[in-house]
Amino acid sequence: MLPTLSYLLLLIPMIATVAILCAPSSLAKWIATIGSLATFFVAIGFAWMFPAWTDGTFAPTDATIPLLPSLGISLSFGTDSVGLLLVLMTAFLMPLCMIGSFTAVTERTKEYFAWFMALEAAMLTVFIAKDAIVFYTGYEFTLIPMYFLIAIYGGDNKRVASIKFFLYTFFGSILTLSGVIYIAAQYKIANGMWSFDLSTLTDFCSTKMSAPQQYWVFILLMAGFAVKVASFFPVHTWLPLVHDQAPTAGSVILAASLLKLGSWGVYRIALPAAPIGGVELDQIFAILCIVGILNAALICWVQNDAKKLIAYSSVSHLGFCMLGMFSLNAIGVTGSIMYMINHGLSTGALFLCIGMIYERYHTKDMDQLGGLFRRMPIWSFFMVFFTLASLGLPGLNGFIGEFLCLMGCFTAEPQSVAGYPGVLGPWYAIVAGLGLVLCAMYLLMMLGKLVWGPLREPASAAHHGGDHGHSGANPGATTHSSGGSAAQHASVTESSAQSHSALPADLNAREIGILVPLAVFCLAVGFYPKPMLDVIAPSVERLLAPYPSLVAEYVAKGTLMPRDDDGGGMASITPVQGQSTLHANSEPPLATVTTVRESVGQ
Amino acid sequence: MNEPMLALASAIPSDMSSKLTLIAPEILLFAGAVAVALLGISRRASLRHAVPLVTALFLAASMVVTAWVYRSDATASSGLMLPMLGGYAKLMIAGIGILLVMVAGSSIDRRLEEAFESGRAEFDPIRVMRGEFFAFFLLSLAGTMLVSNASDLIWLFLALELSSLPTYVMVAVSRGKRKAQEASMKYFFLGALSAATFLYGFALLYGATGTLVFSEMRDVLAMQAATGGVSTLAIVGGVMAILGICFKLAAVPMHFYAPDVYEGAGVATTAFLGFIPKIAGVLALILLLSIFGWSGHSIQVDGQLVSSAGLPAPITAVLWMVAVLTMTLGNVGAILQRNVKRMLAYSSIAQSGYLLIGIIAGPPAGFESLLFYLLGYGLMNTGLLAVLASLERHGEEVETLEDLAGLRVRHPWLAWSMAICAISLIGIPPLVGFFGKLALFGAAIENSQMALVVIAAVNTAISAYYYLQLVGVPMLGQPNARTQAVQLVPDPWPRRAALFCAASILILPFVAERIYSAAAASGKAPTSAKGEASASVEAAARASAQ
Repeated sequence: MLPTLSYLLLLIPMIATVAILCAPSSLAKWIATIGSLATFFVAIGFAWMFPAWTDGTFAPTDATIPLLPSLGISLSFGTDSVGLLLVLMTAFLMPLCMIGSFTAVTERTKEYFAWFMALEAAMLTVFIAKDAIVFYTGYEFTLIPMYFLIAIYGGDNKRVASIKFFLYTFFGSILTLSGVIYIAAQYKIANGMWSFDLSTLTDFCSTKMSAPQQYWVFILLMAGFAVKVASFFPVHTWLPLVHDQAPTAGSVILAASLLKLGSWGVYRIALPAAPIGGVELDQIFAILCIVGILNAALICWVQNDAKKLIAYSSVSHLGFCMLGMFSLNAIGVTGSIMYMINHGLSTGALFLCIGMIYERYHTKDMDQLGGLFRRMPIWSFFMVFFTLASLGLPGLNGFIGEFLCLMGCFTAEPQSVAGYPGVLGPWYAIVAGLGLVLCAMYLLMMLGKLVWGPLREPASAAHHGGDHGHSGANPGATTHSSGGSAAQHASVTESSAQSHSALPADLNAREIGILVPLAVFCLAVGFYPKPMLDVIAPSVERLLAPYPSLVAEYVAKGTLMPRDDDGGGMASITPVQGQSTLHANSEPPLATVTTVRESVGQ
Repeated sequence: MNEPMLALASAIPSDMSSKLTLIAPEILLFAGAVAVALLGISRRASLRHAVPLVTALFLAASMVVTAWVYRSDATASSGLMLPMLGGYAKLMIAGIGILLVMVAGSSIDRRLEEAFESGRAEFDPIRVMRGEFFAFFLLSLAGTMLVSNASDLIWLFLALELSSLPTYVMVAVSRGKRKAQEASMKYFFLGALSAATFLYGFALLYGATGTLVFSEMRDVLAMQAATGGVSTLAIVGGVMAILGICFKLAAVPMHFYAPDVYEGAGVATTAFLGFIPKIAGVLALILLLSIFGWSGHSIQVDGQLVSSAGLPAPITAVLWMVAVLTMTLGNVGAILQRNVKRMLAYSSIAQSGYLLIGIIAGPPAGFESLLFYLLGYGLMNTGLLAVLASLERHGEEVETLEDLAGLRVRHPWLAWSMAICAISLIGIPPLVGFFGKLALFGAAIENSQMALVVIAAVNTAISAYYYLQLVGVPMLGQPNARTQAVQLVPDPWPRRAALFCAASILILPFVAERIYSAAAASGKAPTSAKGEASASVEAAARASAQ
C-alpha cells in the first residue's frame, strides 16, 4: 500500500499536468486545484500509514523499479519523517497556491497551472527519492517549470531573472552531480558494480572514503545545495531578484519548498555522506551563513519594495536554518528542520499577502502604499499575524525553530559544557543573534509603513480605475473612501484593470480561505510543537550518529585531515566507527533535546 | 620475440567471406547510391520525387541486414579487432540516416523542381542535383559504416575518405547559394589537410610497427610497451593520426571550419555534418587507440601474460588537452552567436569535447557511454536542425534567433520540439542527454579523471546559457513583423523528423538499459545465442538485486 501511495504522490501531479495541457483552458485552474488537493490527500494517507515516524528509518523499503541496471539506477522511493514533513508542507501549500492564482493569471493560464503541477511532481520526487539519480532528476527538473513560470508570468525584468535563476542553480547543481557520481564511481571501483542508492552511497562514503576525499566530496555536494538554499553569503544573490520577479504563487513555492530542496539535500546527502568534510568545513560554512544573515538583514533595512524585503528576509532566515544544521548537534539540527517547515508556512503566507496587495494596486513599493489598515482591515490582520510569526514571536511557529537553531549554535562549543562538543560556540550565536534584532526592526518597520500610518494608495490603483477618465492626476483620488469603489467598478474600461475589477477592496472569501489554514497551522505549531519535535528526533539521531566522535577528535586535534608528520593522524583517514560507541556518544544530546522539547512545548 | 606474434597471427582466421558478409549493409548502400543517382536524372517527375523515399528504403533495408548479419557467425570468424563494433554503430548510422533523409527530403532542388513543374524551365538532367545529393549521402554513410569494419590502416584510410569526399559535394549542392560553394571549398581544403595529416601519421605508425594490420600492430606495440616503452615514432604517428581525425570530430585544433561550413551549407546538410562525420571520427579513434592498448590487451612474453598498461602517457595528454580546449572553445564561441546554425556548429564542437571524455576514460565504461551518448546527441542535434529545416522565410532558410521569436504562437509543436532538444542538450534529467552525460562522467571518474569531469561540468553550465536561448526565444518571445513571414515549408517530413526526435528524447530514457547494453555488447567478443541468454539472465539478476 505504501509503495502505491508513493507512486501516486508523483503520478497525480504528472497526470494533472498532462490533463491540463489537453483540456480547454477554462478548466485548467479546476484541474490544478483538484489535482493538488488529491495529491495532498494522498500525502496525508501516506503520512497516516507511514511506519517510520518514530524510528528514523526510511519507508517504504520496497518501492523500487529498475530503470538502468547497468548503471545502478532505479526508480526507488522512500523517505524518513523529516522528508515526509516536507512532503506534507509542499502538498499543503500547493492547493492554496493554485486557489490563490485564480485571478492573478490572465493569459497562458493552461501553461501556468500545468507548470505548477509539473513543479509539484518534481519537488515531491526529491523529498521521497531513495536513488541519487531520481533525487537529482527531481532537483534539476524543478528548474524547467520555474524558468517558464518566471519568464512568462514574472515582472518587468522577468527574462533576466529567469536566466539568472537557471544558470546559478544549474551551475551549482552540476557540481553536486559530479560529487554524487564521484562517490558512485568510488563505490564501483570498490564493489565492481554501479549503485546510486542513496543509503548505500552515503554509508559507503562516510565509512570507506578517506578524509581528503570526504573533504572534497563535501565541497562539491555543498556547491549545489548552498546555491539552492541561498543563505550562504556569496551565492545568495540570485534569490532576491528571482523572488521579486516571480509571480506570487511562484514566490510562495520558491520560498516554501524550492529553497528547502537545498537544505534537504544538505540533510539527506551532504551531511550523512561526508561527515569528516562536514566537521572540517563546519566553521567556514557557519561564517558564510552569519555573513549572509547580517548582510541580508541590513539590505532589508533599506528596502522600499515589500516583496524584495521579504525575499531578503528569507535569505536571512534561512541563514539561521543552516546555522542550526551546521551546529551538528541534536538541538540545532532539530531546530533547523522545524525552521524549514515554519519558514515555508510563514514566508509563504507573507508572499501571498503581498501578492494580494499587488493584484489590487500593481505596486509593491512601500513609498506608494501605506496605512492599509484603514482600507483592508482583514488583510492587515493576516499581514501582522504572519509578520509576527516570521520574526519569531513566542507562541507562533517561527519562534521554536529560531530558538533551537540559535541554542544549538550557542551550545556547540568545544568545551562541551552541554554534554557534547561542537565547533561553533557562543560567539557565533551572538553575532547571528544580531540578525534577530535587525529582523524585528525591518519587519516592524515594514508593518509600520504598510499597515499603520496615514492611508497612501497609488493614483492608478486598480479599483480606482474609474478615476482615470477624468482625474488621473488628481492627488485627492487617493483619499476616496472604499465605499464608493464598488460603483466605480462599472466604469472601468482599461483592459489591465478589467481582470481585477472582481476584487473587492479588502480580501474576498477565497483569499481569506487561503490564509486561514496557514494561520491555524502557524498557531498550532507555535503552541504545541511537541508532535513535530517528537517525530524529527529519531531521524536527527540517525543523521548525527557519526558526528560526536568526529567532532571530539576535531576539537582535540584541530583537524581531521591526515598530516604527513603525524603518525596518529592516519587513523582519521578511515573513520570506521563501531555502532555501539556511536550510540553511546549520541545519548547526551538527545537527552537534552527532550528537555528542550518539553520546555518549549509547554 | 617473433614466435608468439606468429602464433597469434595464425590463430586468427582471416576469412574473406565473413568479411564480405559483415559489409553487406554497406554493399546494399552502394547499390542504393547507384539506384538513386539514376532515379534522380529521370525525366519523370514522379521518379525524381521518389529519390528520398528510395534512399530511406535502402537505409531501412541496411538496418535489417545489419541486425541479421551481426547475429550470424560471420562476426566470430572475421578476424577484426572489435568484431561487434559495427552491430551498434551501423544501426545507429542508418537509423539517424533515415531521419536525415526526412530532414533533407524535397529541400534539395526544390526551386528547380517547382520551375520544371510550372513550365518555367525545361527539364535538364545536368541541372538536377537531387540524385547526386542522395547518392553521395548514401556513399558517405557507407564509408562511415565501413570505418567500423576496418582491419588495417589502408581500409581505415579509404573508409574515412569515402565518408568525407561525398560530403564536400553535398555541401556545395545543398543550396543554390554562393555561400554554400564557398563553404564547400573551405571544407574541402581543410579536409584534404586533415587527410594528409592522418595519412602521415599512419605512415609513421607503419614505420614503427612494420605492419598495417591492426591486430598485429597491437601486439607489436604491446611488446614495445612491455620491453622498454612504445617507440617515439609510434607515438608521433599516433598523435598525428589523432589530430587529423580531430577534423572529423570538429575538435580543436581542426575545428576552424565548422562555423563557416555549417552556416554556409543547407540546413539538411548541416544536420548531416553535425553527426555522421563525428561517428566516423569516433569509430576511427576507437580503432586507432585500440592499437595502443586502449581496450586492454594482454600478450604472451616469454611464456608470461603481460597486460598492456593502457594508453601511452603522451597520447593521453594530447587527448586530454584536445578535450578540454574543444569543449571550452566550443561553448565560449557558441555564447556569442545569434545565427542558430553557427551556434549549433560551436555546440557540436563542444559536444566533441564531451565525446573525448569517453575516449579518455577508456573501455569498457568509456566505450559504452561514448556510443550511448552518440545516439542521444544524434537525435538532439538532428531534432534542432529539423526544426530549422521545417521553416522558411520568404523562401530562404530560417537561420537567426530573431526569426524564431515567438515560434510557439504559430507553430507550438515545433517550438516544443526545439525546447525539448535544447533542454536535453543542456543535460537536464530525465531527458536522454542527461543519461548520456551521466554515463560519460561516471566512466571518466571511474578512471580517475575527476579534474576532467569538473571542467566538463563547468562547461555544461556555460552551455546552458546558449541552449536556453533556443528554449526561451521560441517559447517566450513575442512574434513580430519579422517573424510573421516565417512559415512552414511545404514538405511535411522535416517537421515529422523534428517531432520524432523530440518524442524519442522523451522516450529513450525508459529503454536506456537496452540501448546501453547494446552499446556495451558492441565492444565485447561476439556471443553465441547461448551467451546472450546468459548475459540477459545476468542483467535480470542484477535488476532484481537492486
